[in-house]
Amino acid sequence: MKNMYENEMKLQFLSKSNNEAFARISVAAFASQLDPTIEELADIKTAVSEAVTNCIIHGYEEKEGLINIFCKLSRNTIYIEIADSGKGIENVELAKEPLYTSKPDLERSGMGFTIMESFMEDVKIESILGLGTKVSMKKTIKIKNDEEEIDEKLNSFKI
Amino acid sequence: MNVKYKDVDKLLLFEITEEIDHHTTDKIRRKMDNEIQRYMPKRVIFDFNNVTFMDSAGIGMLIGRYKIARIFGASTELINVKTSIRKIFEMSGVLKIIPIIQDNKDIQEVI
Repeated sequence: MKNMYENEMKLQFLSKSNNEAFARISVAAFASQLDPTIEELADIKTAVSEAVTNCIIHGYEEKEGLINIFCKLSRNTIYIEIADSGKGIENVELAKEPLYTSKPDLERSGMGFTIMESFMEDVKIESILGLGTKVSMKKTIKIKNDEEEIDEKLNSFKI
Repeated sequence: MNVKYKDVDKLLLFEITEEIDHHTTDKIRRKMDNEIQRYMPKRVIFDFNNVTFMDSAGIGMLIGRYKIARIFGASTELINVKTSIRKIFEMSGVLKIIPIIQDNKDIQEVI
């Protein structure tokens, strides 16, 4: 299997909502080097989508800014950092509360951080008011033997 | 997104065909609200068979449509939800107001 594997990548793009799909698909393509299951890949895509959407809606409040993504693969773990230079979060603990949203008028569900925390490991939020926010998270991809892998891929086609 | 309507049952079916995120929900939301107001259905069904991705933006969008549908006294239901998306629905608690139902004959006729 792919032990001792090391790789890195950086992405920078404008805070436009059509880049949400670009960001999650790019990170997923990079993560696919670790041979994740379809389920693990879906978790990564969803978490990245949540973090990038937060940068666009909350960090930059839909004005133009830059979003940076840094990804690192180490052994069978992917480390992801997603950062903006936007307005920052006043109260990080409150923002993390399930169902809390500072923008209910936008039909936001307040589930963003909850989803990141349940789909990824070690989710950390660093934020400085007026300077920006950085979300770091990781996911360890289970190493499987080939037979289990085939079983899992077959199962994922059953609905 | 494809829209199908069965007059006898006042059943409005949205066959969603796009990935659902903050970018795509604006357009989906506008289209759905127009159709709901036009048909004034009794049942609104969201068909997820062709949805390959949804994040929390989808939850907010569906709760919004639930509220609109309720104004017309319509129920809201989901069909054909894949495992990865079902996880997000379960986490959000939204299934209490928009349950996942098994495909039944009424819906098959519309499709």
